[in-house]
Amino acid sequence: MTTHGTPDGAHTPMNDEHGSTAVRLDQGHIQGTGGIPAQFQNPGLPPHVERMSDIDPKAAKRAELQVASMFILSILGSLACLVAYFVIPTHQQIWIPAIENGNLSHLAIGLTLAISTFFIGAGAVHWAKTLMPDQEVVEERHPLHSTPEERQAFARALAEGDAAAQLSRRPLLKMTLAGALGLFAIPPIVQLVGGLGPLPGDDLSTTFWDSKYWTNGKAPRLMRDPEMTPIKASDVTIGSVFHVLPEGIMDSEHPLDEKGKAAVLLMRLHPDQIKSQKERDWGYHGIVAYSKICTHVGCPVGLYEQTTHHLLCPCHQSTFDVTDDCKVIFGPAHRPLPQLKIAVDAEGYLIAEHGFAEAVGPSFWERG
Amino acid sequence: MKTLAAKRRHPAALFVLLLAALLTMGTAYAFASPRTTAAPSTAAAATDEEAGKAIFLANCASCHGVLAQGGQFAPSLAGVGAASVDFQMGTGRMPMVRPGVQAPREPRLFDQQQINQVGAYIASLAPGPAVPSTEYTEGGGDAARGGEIYRVNCAMCHNASGAGGALTRGKYAPSLRGVEGKHIYEAMLTGPQSMPVFKDTNLSPTDKKDVITFLQEVDKGENPGGYALGNIGPVPEGMFAWTFGIGLMILAAIWLGRKAA
Amino acid sequence: MSTRTTDGLRAGDSRSAATSSSSTKAGAIAGWVDDRTGLAKGARYIMSKVFPDHWSFMLGEVAMYSMIITLITGVFLTFWFVPSAGHVEYNGSYIPLKGVQMSEAYASTLHISFDVRGGLLIRQIHHWGALLFVVAIVCHMFRVFFTGAYRKPREINWLIGTMLAMLALIEGFAGYSLPDDLLSGTGLRAAQGFMLTIPVIGSYFVYFLFGGTFPGEAIIPRLYSVHILLLPAIIVGLFAAHLILVMVHKHTQYPGPGRTNENVVGFRLMPVYTAKAGGFFFIVFGIIALISSLFSINSIWNYGPYDPTAVTAGSQPDWYMGFADGALRLMPGWTEVSFGGFTFTYGILLGSLVLLPLVYVLMGAYPFVEQWITGDQREHHLLERPRNADTRTAIGVAAITAYCVLWFAAGNDIIATHLSLSINDITWFFRILFFVGPLLAFWVTKRICLALQRADREKVLHGRETGEIVRTADGRFYERHEPLDEYTRWHLVTGEPPVALALDSGTDHNGVRRPASKSERRRAKWARFFYKDNIPPVTPAELIAAQHDGHGHEAVAEIESGETTSRH
Repeated sequence: MTTHGTPDGAHTPMNDEHGSTAVRLDQGHIQGTGGIPAQFQNPGLPPHVERMSDIDPKAAKRAELQVASMFILSILGSLACLVAYFVIPTHQQIWIPAIENGNLSHLAIGLTLAISTFFIGAGAVHWAKTLMPDQEVVEERHPLHSTPEERQAFARALAEGDAAAQLSRRPLLKMTLAGALGLFAIPPIVQLVGGLGPLPGDDLSTTFWDSKYWTNGKAPRLMRDPEMTPIKASDVTIGSVFHVLPEGIMDSEHPLDEKGKAAVLLMRLHPDQIKSQKERDWGYHGIVAYSKICTHVGCPVGLYEQTTHHLLCPCHQSTFDVTDDCKVIFGPAHRPLPQLKIAVDAEGYLIAEHGFAEAVGPSFWERG
Repeated sequence: MKTLAAKRRHPAALFVLLLAALLTMGTAYAFASPRTTAAPSTAAAATDEEAGKAIFLANCASCHGVLAQGGQFAPSLAGVGAASVDFQMGTGRMPMVRPGVQAPREPRLFDQQQINQVGAYIASLAPGPAVPSTEYTEGGGDAARGGEIYRVNCAMCHNASGAGGALTRGKYAPSLRGVEGKHIYEAMLTGPQSMPVFKDTNLSPTDKKDVITFLQEVDKGENPGGYALGNIGPVPEGMFAWTFGIGLMILAAIWLGRKAA
Repeated sequence: MSTRTTDGLRAGDSRSAATSSSSTKAGAIAGWVDDRTGLAKGARYIMSKVFPDHWSFMLGEVAMYSMIITLITGVFLTFWFVPSAGHVEYNGSYIPLKGVQMSEAYASTLHISFDVRGGLLIRQIHHWGALLFVVAIVCHMFRVFFTGAYRKPREINWLIGTMLAMLALIEGFAGYSLPDDLLSGTGLRAAQGFMLTIPVIGSYFVYFLFGGTFPGEAIIPRLYSVHILLLPAIIVGLFAAHLILVMVHKHTQYPGPGRTNENVVGFRLMPVYTAKAGGFFFIVFGIIALISSLFSINSIWNYGPYDPTAVTAGSQPDWYMGFADGALRLMPGWTEVSFGGFTFTYGILLGSLVLLPLVYVLMGAYPFVEQWITGDQREHHLLERPRNADTRTAIGVAAITAYCVLWFAAGNDIIATHLSLSINDITWFFRILFFVGPLLAFWVTKRICLALQRADREKVLHGRETGEIVRTADGRFYERHEPLDEYTRWHLVTGEPPVALALDSGTDHNGVRRPASKSERRRAKWARFFYKDNIPPVTPAELIAAQHDGHGHEAVAEIESGETTSRH
């Protein structure tokens, strides 16, 4: 039934080395290895140990009852699941420690479903373990590869097919078939790719702040997000942060697409805290506006620490220094956040005189 | 004792020992680090301001200076207003238990009357934001609108369900669970620690009221899907799948593979 | 079956099939089918196949069953989910979002969660099932890797498994992105960001994929067809091939008494494994249902609808994408160059679009690299104990360490808030650990493996320490050691010897230096690295020597058993 002996019959040089090590180890006690095998022999399957259910009919009966009760438990679970589904209203709440206000319908359906499925499995496995044959069976393995004859027959069949089709004899057919097969997939692929989307053009470098989106030739006001109310310069006190969108963005064709590029943060610092002259010039009395879209992979950089004037991106922890032109001081981003040049209109509201000077958001090849 | 000695080479012995050691350490640590509690000083004075000043001198002046002018480790309190005092002392952040990057929320050490007295004293030093009226701090607004404002203005630090989050260099945005509406309003008004200020010119009182209403909805602890694992997203979910989830599966597999008795 | 009689009437029909099983109704049906397909022979062959029993062999089944459960619940979800970015005002029963503008995808997911009875349960089974699917795949891969089950003839199946693992991950990410909540939208935003960094074609690639500007309205329906059609079809196809190859190869088994490289010892598919494996499906289903009813997952209503200007603290992908997210968090910012009006952000590219497939390419390539090093062309059906393959185990643990560093780095903000640490310090710690950790893990694992190898030798040579102290007549104390029985011993002395290296000496039989090819020399060097520390198992001669040249404690055993000692 079982094959005894080493798993691999081959005696390799390393094997022999083991043998010689052994001789060296027991110098003076055993002379040579006479009669001692180089390796231990596989002792074969250990004697079979009978289960309680094999020798004691009572134990077998007990196992049968256990399996049956698990199946009955599953049946009860399924029935309870049906009852729970039909009886409990969808929004019935129940207070349970840790869960707090849970949903009774969800819990009841879920737990009964768990019982109904788990105990089918538990019953079946217990059945297999206690009552089905427990004697291990041995199946022989055979080498996977085909015999040399079969391989040769295969090669012959292949060659015959090749000859019958005259593939080698008629190179013109071979070449043209290869050409046809090589090209046929391209038109469908072009159709698919061509229809997927528009070319980027300069879309990544423009935002809703740009003059081409202005209505009536007026520079857009800075509006609070999400209330969409204009902001007076005097509203922006030191230490505060405003989340800002351009005026009219919600009336654009695709507000979400525009928001993804045009979102801006507005902060006010003491003018003498600002280290960069450009930052001061593009701001208004210490009020500065920066793109909210991270230059790393584009998350909104919203975490403004008013004590340190750091902006932190919650996605990958790039940190920008608002006092120094929003340069990166930590994390994986490379470029500073682009600044938006702001001014005040006749009524005292903040406006953006022109769009961003560079592309906002993540880097891309042709951004420059 | 003999049975114990015989079992000392049991494969589980190491784990049992480790568990026992950890338990002992943990218990010892819990007892060895008691929280210092300062006895609130009762002050009987003529006016609120004077009473507040007395409390201030006894509990706050060591850091903030006898004139609340600030010190090496603490800011000046001129112009922070009663709202700031009410927030800092009402949430137990002040007096600060131990120096650190940020004052954590603790059980408060003073009753509301004492806090009001200190607030009155600080407000008398220089004008600042007052404690907001209950009209805006007790909810009853538009939760959905509050949610929208919250997600744009607050969620990036405090997490979409108010669980809190990390800031730079050990600072953090605290959890907003179980925080009184009044204190949320005051925090927005005064911008404590790293938090930016959201004055009424930024978020109107109605906006703040809506945000508070939204947070009250979140605070109801409605978890229709079961235990929320802290509501901090995929990290605990992944941890759960890697411990309990696959752990239960492996237990079942071990039972399945074991020979029956 | 009315056709039975008709069948019976047909001349020259294979009567044996019909008659042998016609005594029962089921038999009649089987006969009817076999008459038309001839399946009985194949089915009998499969039913009598033998599978070995071990808990670690069930890890793959956990993956399989989680996948099936996810497929079933996924079909349920398609009946309610609306894969559209079209805008609607929410009017369902979840108060904090009432009246909010959102996409149909998000609104329908809310509808499933709150207004379809049992809908949230199905959603959570789907999501927990998906997480466990990938967890189980990884555990299954660990088992296969550390026991060397990928060796010849199973390399193809390892490649298929590697592909399945990677596709499962992409499938998971596509599903995670569908509900269009704030978290998944942020994930897509980051994905768009790192796709933009592809040199030259980045922006074109992104505009084609998203149908224009981010987020656009095309990505949700496109991901939907990828998630429910394209990837599941490929996964199920590859998975079928995976299973068929397991059947063809017959399952590997752990070495043990009676188990050889030429046999497989276990239980037949019918009935034991039908009951065990079939039952296990329901156990896995039950456990996932239990978890899904008690533990919330991806509570999308908390996040709110996606809005490019909003984000939540603790924005993480599901765990299986964590390592790529962690790599992005650890990557320093100087990894970008600009030249001649072009920008090349190789850091982001490396941490995402290169790293992700790279992990799987390395895994897929490993069996072939190992085979080249060891020159082992034998078929292996017996598994190796991880301790006996010390270098492989150490390489595996080192790779897992590197992966885990990246993975944990993706949770640096959660670690910071929950352990009161600075996020900057954690990031720096992980940056250093990414390089130091794997080396350290390699060394430590190798030492542990070698120590265990020595312990095995010790145990074979000197028996099991019983913990009983014996006092001899002359007043000396010994701990009694119990010799191992041959079955227990076999576990510790088995192990296939490494193949002989073609290049063990650089000289020919005349002692003249033989010119070996450069690649052969390099191979020999690697082979030495792979094998040099391995401690060979005890040989019978060594055991006999140890018993005769025993130290005091074996002598005690011999005194007790009444033998005379031969100590000097």
